[in-house]
Amino acid sequence: MTATLDFVALLGRLLLGACTTAGRLAIFAASGLSHIVRPPFYGRMFVRAFVEIGYYSLPVVALTAVFTGMVLALQSSTGLSRFAADSAVASLVVLSVTRELGPVLAGLMVAGRVGAAIAAEIGTMRVTDQIDALSTLSTNPMKYLVAPRLLAGLIALPLLVVVADILGVLGGFIIATAKLGFNSTTYLTSTLNFLQTDDVVSGLSKAAVFGVLITLMGCYQGYNSKGGAQGVGQATTSAVVAASVLILAFDYVLTELFFAR
Amino acid sequence: MSNISIRIRGLSKSFGDKKVLDGIDLDVARGTSMVVIGGSGSGKSVLLKCVLGLIEPDAGSIEIDGVNVLTADADQRAELRARIGMLFQNGALFDSLPVWENVAFGLLAQNKCSRAEARNKAGDILAQVGLAASVGDLSPSELSGGMQKRVGLARAIAAQPEILFFDEPTTGLDPIMGAVIDGLIVDCVKRLGSTAIAITHDMASARRIGDRAAMLYKGQIVWQGEATALMDTGNAMVDQFTHGRREGPIQMELRK
Repeated sequence: MTATLDFVALLGRLLLGACTTAGRLAIFAASGLSHIVRPPFYGRMFVRAFVEIGYYSLPVVALTAVFTGMVLALQSSTGLSRFAADSAVASLVVLSVTRELGPVLAGLMVAGRVGAAIAAEIGTMRVTDQIDALSTLSTNPMKYLVAPRLLAGLIALPLLVVVADILGVLGGFIIATAKLGFNSTTYLTSTLNFLQTDDVVSGLSKAAVFGVLITLMGCYQGYNSKGGAQGVGQATTSAVVAASVLILAFDYVLTELFFAR
Repeated sequence: MSNISIRIRGLSKSFGDKKVLDGIDLDVARGTSMVVIGGSGSGKSVLLKCVLGLIEPDAGSIEIDGVNVLTADADQRAELRARIGMLFQNGALFDSLPVWENVAFGLLAQNKCSRAEARNKAGDILAQVGLAASVGDLSPSELSGGMQKRVGLARAIAAQPEILFFDEPTTGLDPIMGAVIDGLIVDCVKRLGSTAIAITHDMASARRIGDRAAMLYKGQIVWQGEATALMDTGNAMVDQFTHGRREGPIQMELRK
């Protein structure tokens, strides 16, 4: 009997813990996002975060996108040739990239790169009292550290995904024409024929959400880290893991919203 | 207006089961320096953070010039905070910014001047703590411990605050550099006419900085008096602490 009770108590504790974390995160997110629109604004911090998230993530996102497009073309042609449906390669590549793989893979790559960096930087500021120091110098840390990064993520990720979309299609195009013997004009024509505005818009909307998720988790974990170097390390890991899981979960939810009617 | 700048009454704060502050009463008169001494983990830092509003105490009141910090609204709190300068234990300099921007951070945040002016002012303030203006272009990580403390002090006094807090200003410095920093602190406090609270466990530093002193032990003030009398108070606990004796009424809790 007591063993059962212990088990139930454990479940309850876990559930309560999860609810507490979710609540804290929601409050943190609401506060951070609200500071984006309330002055004073820290343009410098935004530019710094934007360059860090957008510009410096370009190479890794570009490489990911090119290879994804290449693999997609190769896989779909070998898979689809069984059904004699080779001609669907172009449409499959462009739809997969714009709707799904562009935003998700770019999001995951940026989560690893930027989420970790944000958590480490803010976490170090927390454990070395720099965040307290901000408060004593008439500066709201949420406004100075968190809001500019959230905004930068919100704007930078869709831009990155535009690049990823183009390069993903290019990767598919290269393999299809150079290796699989497609006619380049036909390939491009069928790519453009199949592509609809909705596909791109839904992908970019996902990217905007992922951008907020990545920066939010980095900021939240860093902001709440404690206990020196180890704490900062844990915050970094949690930020990347949480952001990655949330990206995949939100990807499903958003796909449901956009396409399941 | 009363002569008391900071009035703390019945301040209590617990973390979990551990009572860190247990009913603190403390008055600091305007324009004087109070030194709070006490062992590691006796709640000294928590006391300062409560006054700054960085930690929410469980009970008690903190008045700065008659305004209760704890019941003040956000704007009032921000206004009170702008009147306080704080030197953090390890400097807490912003390592992503050059030294001059660290020093002028408060001025820039309060929109008191343009960046060009702030840069000039930072040079002047650095001179007040005995650093050349050229130090302003370095990054904090390029500075020695003593220089970081000086920059931290410069940042704390930049906005000419009425109240200054010093969290272990000499910890980690050699005795000579410690004395130099103490000298700078005394100079700054005198020049600005500020009210100061310093927490330390360095007795030489305590006597140099403080007008009055108080000892914190197990979350309570166990003694208050003139800082000059610190070494000879007649209070067994204070004497054990100030003379660094192993035997006495204070037993170090090595295990909990």
